[in-house]
Amino acid sequence: MQQYEVVIVGGGPAGLAAAIEARKNGAQSVVVLERDRELGGILQQCIHHGFGLVVFNEELTGPEYAERFIDELMKLGIEYRLETMVLEVNADKTIRAISPNDGMIEIQAKAIVLNMGCRERTRGAIAIPGFRPAGVFSAGTAQRFVNMEGYMVGKRVVILGSGDIGLIMARRMALEGAKVLAVAEIMPYSGGLTRNIVQCLHDYDIPLYLSHTITEVRGKERVEGVTIAEVDENRKPMTGTEKHYDCDTLLLSVGLIPENELSRGAGIQLDPVTGGPIVNEAMETSVSGIFASGNVVHVHDLVDWVTEESRRAGAYAARYVQNKLVEDASVIASRPGDGIGYVVPHKVRPENLNDKLAIFMRVKEVFHDAKLVVKADGEVVYSRKKRHMAPGEMEIVQVDAQKLKDLKPAELLVSVEGGETVHV
Amino acid sequence: MYKPEEHNVICTVCPIGCRLTVIREEHEPDGYKVIGGVCKRGEKFGVKEVTDPTRTVTSTVAIEGGLLPRLPVRTEKDIPKHLNYELMKLISSVKLQAPVKIGEVVVANVFDTGVNVIATRSMRAVK
Repeated sequence: MQQYEVVIVGGGPAGLAAAIEARKNGAQSVVVLERDRELGGILQQCIHHGFGLVVFNEELTGPEYAERFIDELMKLGIEYRLETMVLEVNADKTIRAISPNDGMIEIQAKAIVLNMGCRERTRGAIAIPGFRPAGVFSAGTAQRFVNMEGYMVGKRVVILGSGDIGLIMARRMALEGAKVLAVAEIMPYSGGLTRNIVQCLHDYDIPLYLSHTITEVRGKERVEGVTIAEVDENRKPMTGTEKHYDCDTLLLSVGLIPENELSRGAGIQLDPVTGGPIVNEAMETSVSGIFASGNVVHVHDLVDWVTEESRRAGAYAARYVQNKLVEDASVIASRPGDGIGYVVPHKVRPENLNDKLAIFMRVKEVFHDAKLVVKADGEVVYSRKKRHMAPGEMEIVQVDAQKLKDLKPAELLVSVEGGETVHV
Repeated sequence: MYKPEEHNVICTVCPIGCRLTVIREEHEPDGYKVIGGVCKRGEKFGVKEVTDPTRTVTSTVAIEGGLLPRLPVRTEKDIPKHLNYELMKLISSVKLQAPVKIGEVVVANVFDTGVNVIATRSMRAVK
């Protein structure tokens, strides 16, 4: 059995930041286990720009953002193993992994940080009717084929889902010479950033049909066409609104799911709303000494916030192995109130906070000129006016840690007050 | 009836996404009046989007002898928007040999814009 102080499961942006920060905060032996052939995770296929505005104050592409962290990891001499698939994480902090080089390996860690990221929702998960021919891809799979492996996936394309990955792939396919016929979105608004609607769809004259979904996929061997139709307020397709497209490819950008098979195996409690572990201020899960951060906890829209959250997870994991983390402290429950879908972290032990507590959250609807308010047992500890809040854009509030240490409340409640809900 | 030149622009400076109307007006300092926005940066963006729209283009080029057959690249700065497809045509003939360092110039001064196309990742040679 191999011994490490901190084992990082996953070498994407979350794992890289957690590993670097664990080392910088005094963890002696740190190892990153990555299942792919190289470090960097999904950033390596996100060749578009727009990453790094928060962390580096400049606009980078995905691979550029990844390379900065990979360079730092190398400089710090942090160990990593590629093509290493973690099969099992246990509550006693043992790990079983497998790789072509080392065969089956068993590791005893003092602390573990889970950084597995998320997976794309598939066609099966949303039950699209029709045949099952080749030519139906999740958008991220197509992105990897086109941007890394050098395969063009199709010539005439329809995209279902207007999240950022769908929009980015619409532009990418158009630039590579495909005809992108339409982007269909079942919701009455797009889940993507306005900037991506403009720069990926408008720039390339690609129509976006809101409140539309796929009702048929045609073709036996390869996709030959799809039908989209408008949906009513219950998201049921309406007869008579069908549009038919002759196409060879259907891309799906219909949501991401945190990848928590390993967490479940370790008996870690999950939040049914985020699909990720319930965590405290240290990004520690319900199993002591097992931490988690990034998209495995909740789906972020900016990698910069994955980095920020994972730096905290790595630093706290280092504190844990040095016995500097207060485990049996008083616990504040942090909860979503009116207008808020979820908050992370779910629990707070004020003794472990530095100067601020960062709370990440998503609102449930689009709000204009509303206030984002945090109350500690009824007393306002944070309040800020927001011109614009939308479910597609994560909100972050920083609460003064000293206030929480003084008040020692039982509950932190985050809610939206006033303002107007906007129906696009 | 006389109708001044008018453009609808969605602002992409921040996530609010204001719907701007950019109207030709001789007396304005930069020749246009912008309405519908909430900030100065949006006004500037609106005029630029109408007079000289530019974009950063990201794509890939072929590479041999590396881990992958494609290497990601981008324009170092924005180039005029109408050059997007011409740039794609230009870089489609590029074939690099690994190793390549991040930031290396792949095509210099595209279409005399003074902008280089650069590599956005390093790729070492693989035997």
